Amino acid sequence: MTPLLFGAIVFAQACFALSMGLALVRLLRGPSAQDRVLAMDLICTLAMLMMMVLAIRYRSSMYFEAALLIAVFGFIGSAAMAKFLLRGEVIE
Amino acid sequence: MSGNLAWWIEIPVALLLVLSGLFALAAGVGVVRFQSFFQRMHPPALAYSFAAWCVTLASIVYFSAQDDKLALRSWLIIVFLSLTVPVTTILLARTELFRRRTASGGRGEIPPTLNHESAAPAPAPADDAR
Repeated sequence: MTPLLFGAIVFAQACFALSMGLALVRLLRGPSAQDRVLAMDLICTLAMLMMMVLAIRYRSSMYFEAALLIAVFGFIGSAAMAKFLLRGEVIE
Repeated sequence: MSGNLAWWIEIPVALLLVLSGLFALAAGVGVVRFQSFFQRMHPPALAYSFAAWCVTLASIVYFSAQDDKLALRSWLIIVFLSLTVPVTTILLARTELFRRRTASGGRGEIPPTLNHESAAPAPAPADDAR
């Protein structure tokens, strides 16, 4: 792996980590509950992107399964939480 | 082929990764700095669309060049994301509308709901809020 690609990978991961930290600030500070749900959804998506960059970094396709699992559970969690805030119950 | 790739493969991969990092950073900054919730709903779309597309294209190019065959596994992720993100977004927008409407008792700046037919059994929780 050339230093160019390695530098790009490290830069992308640093950006994802910084963005996750900023979303964490919104999650802790958010005035309403749906702000926190939105920030948690963004953190899940960024964790998924981080997994895919790790797959490129370590040249392993095992990370794709982890990324898909994070995507699925992030969507289920966010949708259930938003539905709960909307109606007071998840399944109606 | 586990050694070094050609330089004309690594340059677009590196470019796409840098671009996705910048988009994700813009999403994080926007989520923190915007004022109202409806403004804050927009910056994560940068991460959901542009950053995810860039990372997916980078991994497709990289693994296709590494394995000498088309590696379209990571396409699943972008398909799944483009199916699920609008659902979450619409649910969150309706949640914000509903909660602000009930908090202001129907007299705020939020317009009333449009479905008048189904509004007949609904006012029971709204009356509690008033």
